[in-house]
Amino acid sequence: MTGKEIDSVTGVETTGHVWDGDLKELNKPLPRWWLYVLYATIVWAIGYWIVYPAWPTLNDTYTKGVFDYSQRAEVGKEIAAAKEAQAKYFAEIAATPIGDIEKNQELLPFVMAGGAAVFGDKCGPCHGKGGGGAVGYPNLNDDDWLWGGTPEAIQHTIEVGIRSGHGEARDMAMPRFGLDGMLKRDEITDAAQFVLSLSGHGTDTAAAGRGAKIFTDNCAACHGDAGKGNQELGAPNLTDGIWLYGGKLADVEKTIETGRGGVMPYWSGRLDPVTLKMLAAYVHSLGGGK
Amino acid sequence: MNMMNRTSDLAAGENATAYARRQKIYPKLAHGTFRRIKWAVMAVTLGIYYVLPWLRWDRGPNLPDQAFLLDFANQRLFFGPIEIWAQELYYITGILILSALGLFLVTAVAGRMWCGYACPQTVWTDLMIVVERFWQGDRNARLRLDYGPWTFEKIWKKTGTHITWLLIAVATGGAFVFYFRDAPTLAHELVNGDAPMVAYAFLGIFTGTTYLLGGIAREQVCIYMCPWPRIQSAMYDVDSLLISYRDYRGEPRGPHKKGQSWEGRGDCIDCTACVAVCPMGIDIRDGSQMECIQCALCIDACDEIMQRVGRPQGLIAYDTFRNLDAPVHEARVPVRWFRPRTLLYTALILIVGGVMLTAWMNRAVLEVNVLHDRNPVFVQLSDGSLRNGYTVKILNKQHAARSFRIAISGLEGAGMTIVGMSGPEPTIDVVTDDLRALKVLVTVSAAKRGTLAGQATPFRFAVIDARDGSVIYHDATFRGPGDE
Ligand code: SF4
Ligand code: SF4
Repeated sequence: MTGKEIDSVTGVETTGHVWDGDLKELNKPLPRWWLYVLYATIVWAIGYWIVYPAWPTLNDTYTKGVFDYSQRAEVGKEIAAAKEAQAKYFAEIAATPIGDIEKNQELLPFVMAGGAAVFGDKCGPCHGKGGGGAVGYPNLNDDDWLWGGTPEAIQHTIEVGIRSGHGEARDMAMPRFGLDGMLKRDEITDAAQFVLSLSGHGTDTAAAGRGAKIFTDNCAACHGDAGKGNQELGAPNLTDGIWLYGGKLADVEKTIETGRGGVMPYWSGRLDPVTLKMLAAYVHSLGGGK
Repeated sequence: MNMMNRTSDLAAGENATAYARRQKIYPKLAHGTFRRIKWAVMAVTLGIYYVLPWLRWDRGPNLPDQAFLLDFANQRLFFGPIEIWAQELYYITGILILSALGLFLVTAVAGRMWCGYACPQTVWTDLMIVVERFWQGDRNARLRLDYGPWTFEKIWKKTGTHITWLLIAVATGGAFVFYFRDAPTLAHELVNGDAPMVAYAFLGIFTGTTYLLGGIAREQVCIYMCPWPRIQSAMYDVDSLLISYRDYRGEPRGPHKKGQSWEGRGDCIDCTACVAVCPMGIDIRDGSQMECIQCALCIDACDEIMQRVGRPQGLIAYDTFRNLDAPVHEARVPVRWFRPRTLLYTALILIVGGVMLTAWMNRAVLEVNVLHDRNPVFVQLSDGSLRNGYTVKILNKQHAARSFRIAISGLEGAGMTIVGMSGPEPTIDVVTDDLRALKVLVTVSAAKRGTLAGQATPFRFAVIDARDGSVIYHDATFRGPGDE
């Protein structure tokens, strides 16, 4: 750096830096307070390090700060406050019989929102986010229920599950008529034709006629003489057009041959009673409930 | 020592570095048209700011009667008869877009009009300078006071200034919090010490910033903190009217004695009156500068001088670069108002304004929203009938509880049930200012399935006001498996 240089046009001192041989920058200084503000922010930052948790330390923890502040604790407090705000609803849900929840217009929006959230979490993976179901996973929106569609029945199903291993689980499975040699190949086809005819879907009346006897002998015990099903045993109604494992001839044949028995986990003990109740009320509200 | 010219100051500075002491500016009081306009703008803007929260507006029972209120607790914005709900925030967005476009247009036409006349920083700084002038006198007196020793006079004059500044600052912060809560109630609470903490916090913040930015920092805010000066140069062009020194008329400048000829010299008598009044401490004769907020005070100052020396006014005036650079200058500049830029901004303002106005006119006090359930989109029931689920949301924006019925139109043989309600068309009560979401199930019986138009049958939900029978329709679709 040489001595000071004054730009002849403006009369302003230059910075002394030269670009491209002749370009020089004028020295237009920032106000000093600006610099002091920068220093102040640095001091502030250091204070911040001391006051709040800031630095990780070697032994896998961090400096705790002098205020004993913890974001985690703050969030915890907020959650507790939110829970407290909801407590009145929870108490009311606990006190209301499940059948009456839908009638309580004040409670219903809370139950719906809460139920939908848990449903999406716990039930959605199998039944679909809106309870639409899939092959092997019942559609919860229709009015066809294997184990009963009253709010109470739904709650019980959710609590104990189906073939879940729970002591009171809803248990009973469709036998393996083909695999276990109880029915022969053509008997299975005849029985399937008869089953399809119950809901008006049969195609081969002769086969269906032969199948009627087989049905009475083997299936009526659970599905009833008229094939209307039995919710005590979880036996599906075969006269409606709703099929859990498909309603084509091949589907029904396969069902008779290999048997069926899906599993639903039980939720008692894993969800608190109020949540279970909200969930049951929500499922009932999906539309199919009785 | 030349206090007026930062350029010469710096050049004179022996140890000029990257950081320099702030050059304090002592703006002199200007007299003239623009100063009068600025007084008027100051009176109006400050008047609105301080008085607005105290104006009342009767909205009936259970509603705030403050004409302008930002009601955060209930997520409403009240402005006279206008009421904006949180979900209608797009109106605010629209207003912000309009403001931005307005700023662009004004800048394209006449430079930093906003900065010079209406910006809060300018208005409050101007007010703070009035206070300073009241206690310490005009420019020369203030200079003398600042460069003189600390006397008793200096102490009480300075004290008086700062106390008045702080009082104004408190009033400003006070007015701010009144916008968010019923003003008379809050005023009472503030005095009694039981206002919400956040009210005190904001009062403190606004007191501090008003005092600091308006009283102390002043032009430093415009030069070093505000981004707008740096953006503005993209906003105006050679046809924009900017405050300019007409050097073709003024140069060569120099002192002029009464009776001397004006032949062969410019009109500028180098009196530096224009520099003395400048709140930014610049010399407009150096040309267009980033610091200039286009406040027009130098026009007033110079016009006064021109009158005194018997030369035509307008040596400093609103003028365009096109005219300044022209080989022949006209006294009256034919301004090109209609340029692509101004036309575009105007068109955009009209379009956005039109859209907002239309939206506002069609704004209903009842809003109906219908959401079709997904997964499954339709359900077949055991008797072969088809059912679709919908969430119907009714938003009652009227300040009275209302009752509705929901009906279906245009779907033959459809039945409807509402979860949690009995009967085919139950009465739905929606309380004041509230939203009610209902789960509605629509069923088409097996016998009527043939009447459906394939996979998607359009129909309408009718939401009927139980009292006056008025109906709002909402389009919906009934879905089914289609041809079987
Ligand atoms: S140069 Fe003139 S218009 Fe610009 S800030 Fe100064 S007094 Fe205002
Ligand atoms: S006020 Fe007018 S005459 Fe005086 S210095 Fe400024 S431009 Fe020249």
